[in-house]
Amino acid sequence: MSTSKYETVIGLEVHVELHTKTKIFCGCSTEFGAPPNSHTCPVCLGHPGVLPVLNRQAVDYAMKAAMALNCEIGDVSKFDRKNYFYPDSPKAYQISQFDQPIGENGYIDIEVDGVTKRIGITRLHLEEDAGKLTHVDGGYASLVDFNRVGTPLVEIVSEPDLSSPEEARAYLEKLRAIMQYCDVSDVKMEEGSMRCDANISLRPQGQKEFGIRAELKNMNSFRGVVRGLEYEQYRQAEILDDGGQVVQETRRWDEAQGKTFSMRGKEEAHDYRYFPDPDLVKIHIDQDWKDRIRASIPELPDARKARYASEYGLPDYDAGVITSSKPLADLFESSLGYTKDAKAVSNWIMGDLLGYLNSSGLELAEVKLSGQGLGEMINLIEKGTISSKIAKTVFKEMLQSGKLPQQIVEEQGLVQISDEGAILAIVKEVVANNPASVQDYKAGKDKAIGFLVGQVMKQSKGKANPGLANKLLVEVLKD
Amino acid sequence: MTLFDLRLQEIHNRLSKKELSVTDLVGEAFAKISERDERVGAYLTLNEEGARAEAARLDNKLAGGEARGLLFGLPVGIKDNMVTEGLRTTCASQFLSNYDPIYDATAVAKLKQAEAVTIGKLNMDEFAMGGSNENSSFHPVRNPWDLNRVPGGSSGGSAAAVAAGEAYFTLGSDTGGSIRQPASYCGVVGLKPTYGLVSRYGLVAFASSLDQIGPITKNVEDSAYVLQAIAGHDHKDSTSANVDVPDYLAALTGDIKGLRIAVPKEYLEGVDPQVKASVMEALKVLEGMGAVWEEVSLPHTEYAVAAYYLLASSEASSNLSRFDGVRYGVRSDHAGNLLDLYLESRSQGFGPEVKRRIMLGTYALSSGYYDAYYLKAQKVRTLIKRDFDQTFEKYDVIIGPTAPTTAFQLGSQVDDPLTMYLNDILTIPVSLAGVPAISVPCGFADGLPVGLQIIGKAFDESSVLRVAHAFEAQTDHHKQRPAL
Repeated sequence: MSTSKYETVIGLEVHVELHTKTKIFCGCSTEFGAPPNSHTCPVCLGHPGVLPVLNRQAVDYAMKAAMALNCEIGDVSKFDRKNYFYPDSPKAYQISQFDQPIGENGYIDIEVDGVTKRIGITRLHLEEDAGKLTHVDGGYASLVDFNRVGTPLVEIVSEPDLSSPEEARAYLEKLRAIMQYCDVSDVKMEEGSMRCDANISLRPQGQKEFGIRAELKNMNSFRGVVRGLEYEQYRQAEILDDGGQVVQETRRWDEAQGKTFSMRGKEEAHDYRYFPDPDLVKIHIDQDWKDRIRASIPELPDARKARYASEYGLPDYDAGVITSSKPLADLFESSLGYTKDAKAVSNWIMGDLLGYLNSSGLELAEVKLSGQGLGEMINLIEKGTISSKIAKTVFKEMLQSGKLPQQIVEEQGLVQISDEGAILAIVKEVVANNPASVQDYKAGKDKAIGFLVGQVMKQSKGKANPGLANKLLVEVLKD
Repeated sequence: MTLFDLRLQEIHNRLSKKELSVTDLVGEAFAKISERDERVGAYLTLNEEGARAEAARLDNKLAGGEARGLLFGLPVGIKDNMVTEGLRTTCASQFLSNYDPIYDATAVAKLKQAEAVTIGKLNMDEFAMGGSNENSSFHPVRNPWDLNRVPGGSSGGSAAAVAAGEAYFTLGSDTGGSIRQPASYCGVVGLKPTYGLVSRYGLVAFASSLDQIGPITKNVEDSAYVLQAIAGHDHKDSTSANVDVPDYLAALTGDIKGLRIAVPKEYLEGVDPQVKASVMEALKVLEGMGAVWEEVSLPHTEYAVAAYYLLASSEASSNLSRFDGVRYGVRSDHAGNLLDLYLESRSQGFGPEVKRRIMLGTYALSSGYYDAYYLKAQKVRTLIKRDFDQTFEKYDVIIGPTAPTTAFQLGSQVDDPLTMYLNDILTIPVSLAGVPAISVPCGFADGLPVGLQIIGKAFDESSVLRVAHAFEAQTDHHKQRPAL
C-alpha cells in the first residue's frame, strides 16, 4: 500500500490553558500541583445556587491570543452551555462559546521544507477546563480532583488546511511560539497546558470532496501527534486500498502500542444542547478595549525572524530555530547587548546550548545561562583570552552556576597561554618525548603535526594558544 | 390580635422600650408553628435551637442599647430553595434530602446582617416547579383559609406561613408567578421584584433568566421594608443590576392622584366572575382616589404560557444536571457503572413534575428542534416584553387579577398538568418581561382570598408599592385572618 495515491486532510483543535492567577468564573487559584481539591469553592464545585462571575483577565488573554492569530474580534461575544454528564464536570455542563466566539477567521503561516503555507484559523473561543479523574483499585473506583476545573482555556480550531503530519507539527510549534510570545500560557503539552485533538481524512489525489474523517484524541506530545497522524494516515489508506470505507468515529491514540483505537462512533456522538448561559451577560468589546489589547501584543515570531535575518544577517534556518522559542530568542537578543558577533551567539545557541538541553531534558528556564555570560564569553574568545576549547568548559560551568565567564576563567585558571617562551618550552619537551612522531613528520607525514599539537595542548592543560603552538612546532621541527 | 399583627414600626418601638423581647417574637413563631403547622405543613426544617440562641444574643444586644435596623429580631421563614449555611436546604426534593449548604444565599446573608431571625425553611413545589405545592417530595402545604385547598405554589409554604402567623415575614421566589399566585391564594402580599434587583446568588436555579427572590408579608409597608433590605447589586451575580436602590418607604405616600392605569383585556378573559368582580371593585377604589384606568391590549399574552414552558424548562434541564449523585445529595447505592449511577440517582431523586420539565427542556434544546422551540420562544418573549414597553409609554402601572381563580381543592388538578399550568397565565407574561409586580388582597370569593396584581416598569418598584399601599389603606382585606 502507499499513501501517495491519497491526499491527507488534517484539521486541529488545540486547547491552551491561559495562565491567569485565578479561575475563569470564581476566585480560586489556578496554581498547578496543589493537594487535590484544595483550590475549590462552592462555585467551581457546582454547588446548588452558585453563579459564575467572569474573570476579565481571561477575556484579555483570549483577545490577545486571537489577535496574534490574525483573528477578527467581534463587538459582542457571549457564553453558552455545553451540556454533558461526566464526573469531572461538576455542573454537568461546560461554560463555553458556541456562535459568538472571541475570535474568528484568522490564520498563521508555517514553513515545511522551506515552503511557507498559510493555515486558516476558523475560530478561537474561551471556555472552562474540567477536573481530573484518577482511576484506582484496578478500575473499580475513580477519584476526582476539581483543582483544575474552571481554569480558563482557549480552544483554537484550524481549517482543514494541513496536508501532512509534518505540517501539523509545524502548525503546533508555531501556535506554541505565538502563545509563548503573547505570554498568555505556559503551553506545555506534557503538563497539559496545551492539548491537541485532530481530524484526519484521506481523499484520492485531485478529488474535491473530503473523505470520511476520524477524530483523534489523547496525543500528549508533539511526537505523539505526528505518530498518531502517521498511523491514522496509514490505517485509512489501507482501508481505502482494500476498497473499504473509513468509519466516522472518535479514536484514541495509544502511545505505548503506537496505534489508534475506536472510542465511540458517530451514532454515539453527544448532542450537547448548546444554549446561551443565562447566568452571564454578553461581553461588549469596544474599540478602546481592542486597541488596548492590540497594543500589548509584542513582536511575534515571524517578525522577529525577519528582523534577525535583516538586522543581524542570520541565516534563515538559524533565525527560524531561535525564534521558535521565546526564551531562546530573548537570550539571543540579550547576548547581543554584550557582543556584536550575532553569528557566534547563534552558533553557541544552536550548537552547545540546544545540544545540552536536548541531552539533559532541561528547559532553558532551568539552566542559569544569561545573555551577559554568553556575550562576554564570545568576547573573551575573540580577544584570545580563552580558546574555543576552553570556552566549552566555561560554557558548561555557566549553564550550571550562572557565574560570569571572567570569574570562571580566573577561578579555574583557564586563561590561554599566549606567551611564546612558555609554549616553546612545552613544544621542546613534546618534541623530545615523541621521536617517532617527529620522525613521521620529517618523513613527510604532515598529519603527525596534529598529534604533536594535541600533546602540547595536553601538557598545557588545554591552555596553550593552539595557533601559537602549531607555529612554534613547525619552527622547531624545521631545525 | 396576635403579636405578629403589630406593625413593624410598633414592634421596633416596643423592643426599644423593653416592652417586648426578641425571645418573645421568636417564641410566638414557634408557638404558632407547634399549634398549627401539623395542619398547614408550611415548614420543612425548623431552626428552633439556632433561632432561640440568636434571639438571646439579640436581646443582649438590645440591653446594651446598640443601634439596630427595622428588621431587627423579626422572625423570618426562608423558602427552601435558598441556601442557608449549615441549615438543611432540600428544595423540597428527595434528591437534596441530606444536603446541608456550605454558604449563605446573598438574600439570606442580607437578612442576617439586618438581624432578622431565621425560624426555618419553607415547603415548596420541588425545585419550585408547580403552582399548588402538591409537588413537594415531603408533604403538601394546605391553605390556611381552607385546609382542603392548595396554598398555591411554588412558594406555598412561604405564603401559608405568613397567613397562619407562623413567621413575621418570609422570602419566596418567583419564576412564573411563584410568589404572586400563592400570595393571592393565601390572602397575603407578595412582591416579585424586577429581574436583577435582588441577587440570585444562593437561590437554587430553576430558570435562571426568570428567577427572582421577593418578600411575602402581611401588608405593603412590610414588603417595602424587606425589599429595602434585600435589594441591590451583588458582584457574585453577573445578572444583578447595578442600579441605585431608592427609598421604598418614601414611596408610600398614599397619593395616586392622576395615576394612569392600564387594564389588559386579555387579563379579564376567562377569569372567574367573582375574581373579576373583586378586581373591578378594586379599580373603583383606585378611581375614587384620583387614578384613571383604561382597557388596553397586550396582544401576545396568549403565547406567554407556551413560550414560558419552553424557556423555563430548557434552562431547568441544564440547571438541574448538576444533581448527578456524584458530589452531594442522594446517590444510588447499587449502581454498577457510571451511567447507572446517573440514571438511578436521578430517577430516585426527582419527582414526576421535575422529570416532566427536564424532559421537555431537553427536547426543546435538542439538535434539530432548537430553532423551532427554544429560539422561537425567545422571539415570543421579545414580543411580550415589547407589549409591556409600549403600554408603559402611556401608563404608570398595569393592573389585573393575579390568578384566574381562587385556591382550588387539593388533588383536583394533579392529573392535569396543562390546566395546572394555566393558573399562571396572568403572572407568566410579567416574568417573561422581567418587570416588577405585586399581589395584594382585594377581596374574597366564597371565603377565599382574591389577589390584585399591580405591575410596574422595570426597576419602578416604588410605583408598584405606592399604588398597592394606597389601595390597601382604603380596604381591610389584608387585615382578615383565617380561622385556624
